[in-house]
Amino acid sequence: MSAPVSRQPSAVQFVTRLFHQPYVWAIVALILLLVINLTKNPGYLGVSVNPATGNLSGNVIDILRASAPIMMIAVGMTLVIATRGIDLSVGSVMAVAGAVSMEFMNNAGTGSFGTAAIAVILALGISAVLGTLNGILVSIVGLQPFITTLVMMLAGRGLAKVITSGQNTSATNESFRWLANGTVLGFPVVFVIAVVIVAVLAALVRRTALGLMIESIGINPKAARMAGIRPVGILISVYIVSAVLAGVAGIFSTASVMTVEVAKTGMTAEMDAILAVVIGGTSLAGGKFSLTGSIIGALLIATLDKTIVYMSIPSSATPAFKAIVIVVICLLQSPRVRALFNQRKATTTSTRKEAVSA
Amino acid sequence: MAATEPIVEMENISIEFPGVKALQDVNFRLFPGEVHTLMGENGAGKSTLIKALTGVYKIDSGSIKVAGGPRRFTGTADAQSAGISTVYQEVNLCDNLTVGENVMLGHEVHGRMGINWRKTNLAAHDALVRLGLGGLDPKAPLSSISLALQQLVAISRAMVTNSKVLILDEPTSSLDANEVEGLFAVIRRLRDEGVAILFVSHFLDQVYAISDRLTVLRNGEFVGEHMTQDLSRGQLISMMIGKDVDTLNSLGSNRGRAVHAVGAPYYSATNLGRQGSIEPVDIDVHAGEVVGLAGLLGSGRTELGRLIYGADRPDSGDVTIDGVATEVHSPVAALARKIAFSTENRRDEGIIGDLTVRENLILAVQARRGWARPLSRREQNEICTKYLVELNVRPADPERAIRNLSGGNQQKVLLGRWLATNPELLILDEPTRGIDVGAKAEIQETIAALAEDGMSVVFISSELEEVVRLSERIIVLKDHRKIGEITNGPLVTAETIVDIIASEGSSE
Repeated sequence: MSAPVSRQPSAVQFVTRLFHQPYVWAIVALILLLVINLTKNPGYLGVSVNPATGNLSGNVIDILRASAPIMMIAVGMTLVIATRGIDLSVGSVMAVAGAVSMEFMNNAGTGSFGTAAIAVILALGISAVLGTLNGILVSIVGLQPFITTLVMMLAGRGLAKVITSGQNTSATNESFRWLANGTVLGFPVVFVIAVVIVAVLAALVRRTALGLMIESIGINPKAARMAGIRPVGILISVYIVSAVLAGVAGIFSTASVMTVEVAKTGMTAEMDAILAVVIGGTSLAGGKFSLTGSIIGALLIATLDKTIVYMSIPSSATPAFKAIVIVVICLLQSPRVRALFNQRKATTTSTRKEAVSA
Repeated sequence: MAATEPIVEMENISIEFPGVKALQDVNFRLFPGEVHTLMGENGAGKSTLIKALTGVYKIDSGSIKVAGGPRRFTGTADAQSAGISTVYQEVNLCDNLTVGENVMLGHEVHGRMGINWRKTNLAAHDALVRLGLGGLDPKAPLSSISLALQQLVAISRAMVTNSKVLILDEPTSSLDANEVEGLFAVIRRLRDEGVAILFVSHFLDQVYAISDRLTVLRNGEFVGEHMTQDLSRGQLISMMIGKDVDTLNSLGSNRGRAVHAVGAPYYSATNLGRQGSIEPVDIDVHAGEVVGLAGLLGSGRTELGRLIYGADRPDSGDVTIDGVATEVHSPVAALARKIAFSTENRRDEGIIGDLTVRENLILAVQARRGWARPLSRREQNEICTKYLVELNVRPADPERAIRNLSGGNQQKVLLGRWLATNPELLILDEPTRGIDVGAKAEIQETIAALAEDGMSVVFISSELEEVVRLSERIIVLKDHRKIGEITNGPLVTAETIVDIIASEGSSE
């Protein structure tokens, strides 16, 4: 089966392989959304360069900027889900990270780079602590991931409110603000950071045996243990990674407005993350995972959010609209529908072959 | 066997999976009131044929007639409504439900207020009585009864619908001799009631004891259909593997090997035990020696294997490996000390189904190296090439998902996984269970060759003949404790072990 494929030109091979990926429909949907936007405004995809600063601007750049926090939590969520777990606390951890950094910078008074750096370290540090707690409860205590992180979701939101005394807290710090609004080589800083983090993480997971071990634990934990894999360390690690990435996402989303809204920051972000993972083709039952798929999922959700605004769909109807799009994609990805497509493809190729032989 | 019209008639059945012809023009007939055995090696297509008959797989060509009428099953429900019930190789019951709920699942007795649980449990009890399992409490959780009893529960579940055709796919693979007899009594009773029974088993003795007729498949093709009494065992085996019988007979000659049980043992444990699992046991294994653990199902042979490997944490015992006192409290520790354990529970504790053959093969080696030092693709390919060829895995495609391989080939891949770690002590728990004669012979040969090369092997099997054939010393277990240890010799047979087990009980 593989031999004839390898003889084909590599571009064809690439496309064939792409079409066997579960996230192919997410890509189609992404393109479709962009086309819809294009029909409304032919200049939608235009990217303009500010001659003075070299900054790129346009809707696409906005989408990239908005997708950065979703990408962060989606990638973390992918690893957690691959181990048969789930992390419902990412939205709250975002709020905690935002609250910690804003509160610190607000009290520090100076808007120096050092203050911003300490704020970031503090925010990520406390996120890591929350992630460690999740990991220990799941792997050593043996609580169910759903319950553990549900509790952390409630506790985290509470913690954020305690930190800011229940107030929406603002601060001024240009270095911190630059994270969200600045650019590197014309691209938004958030997006560049997100890409770097994802690349490092992907290399860590796929260039080492970590990915194989995560998948083994997710597919068959008992067999993985018998094969000599230590699940505890890996489980704690994925929850830490998920929480720290949520912390990064929290910094991203508070830095743009330099305000943490304790009741709103990161609200239902866990849902976006889970959806991105599912759209990306990783099964909620754990096991095989695709970071690429989750990133495409995150991009799709960001595009969807922007499109809804752009198409001036009433805000009260946005959740429903989002739901419809996602349900359709999930339907198209389902084994049953895919089998249907494969059947049709098989019959068309076989008739073509017959035609050739005749 | 007075019936002349077959209740099931399958003609020219072909099924193709991507890249594999699973079945090719296979014919199969099943008459009411007979036990018909389906014979063949692993991958011969037995399970596929059964799945075609039960509606799990769609047939690509051919016809299925049930009770004279042509049928096209599009699902298991179709087959069930046509009166065909199945008990699969691996018990497919719900652990978390009770015995009664499992038996009656989908056939609960309904009253005006929904399900009438009292009547449902009574009906379950009746169904159990029919199989001679009247002593089983329908309200007991399924997880509280032994695997053997679960198998019988699965059969009574299949019979709840008053099926005309009962398919038993390796029902005896986890039963001990007594339980097999009990099962056979039930099968005979059902047969005399006119039920057509399709039976699959790898145990030749059982096939000859129970079946009236047999059909042989090889490599997805139909080889022949015969009355059991017309076919000698030798002829049957030749039909199955397409090889001469003499090659098989030469297998049992491994007992003339040198005695290794001299000097200091490689592995030695005293008082190795665990509360509620097995009473403290002394066990020595020398380099190059095969030590058999013999005993009936539930005697503690698996538990002892798990303790040696650290899969269960021992709560007593002193372990010495190669003269050094040590502790083995986890699989990780065991692998670090060059101990490997091949589990009897291939599906739950062995294979990682969605991963490829390659990933399954390298897993233990990789786990021992740690995540930070991945095996290079070249090293992975070396391991794959070596063990796929050495163990004759079919198909020898490292990138195929392991769950698509037949049971025997999965077992070979798992054996390869452990051998790749270069163990000094290899514990094999039922490595040949549910495997055909050919693969069994290959695995037995491999074990003998490994010991010959100096590996210490602990061999666990429910087939006493196999234990006697391969082991140098045999530790006999009963009721979770060691009751004896014998050195193998020309006078030792399976009966010797049976006698030890039987007399141990009566002397008390």
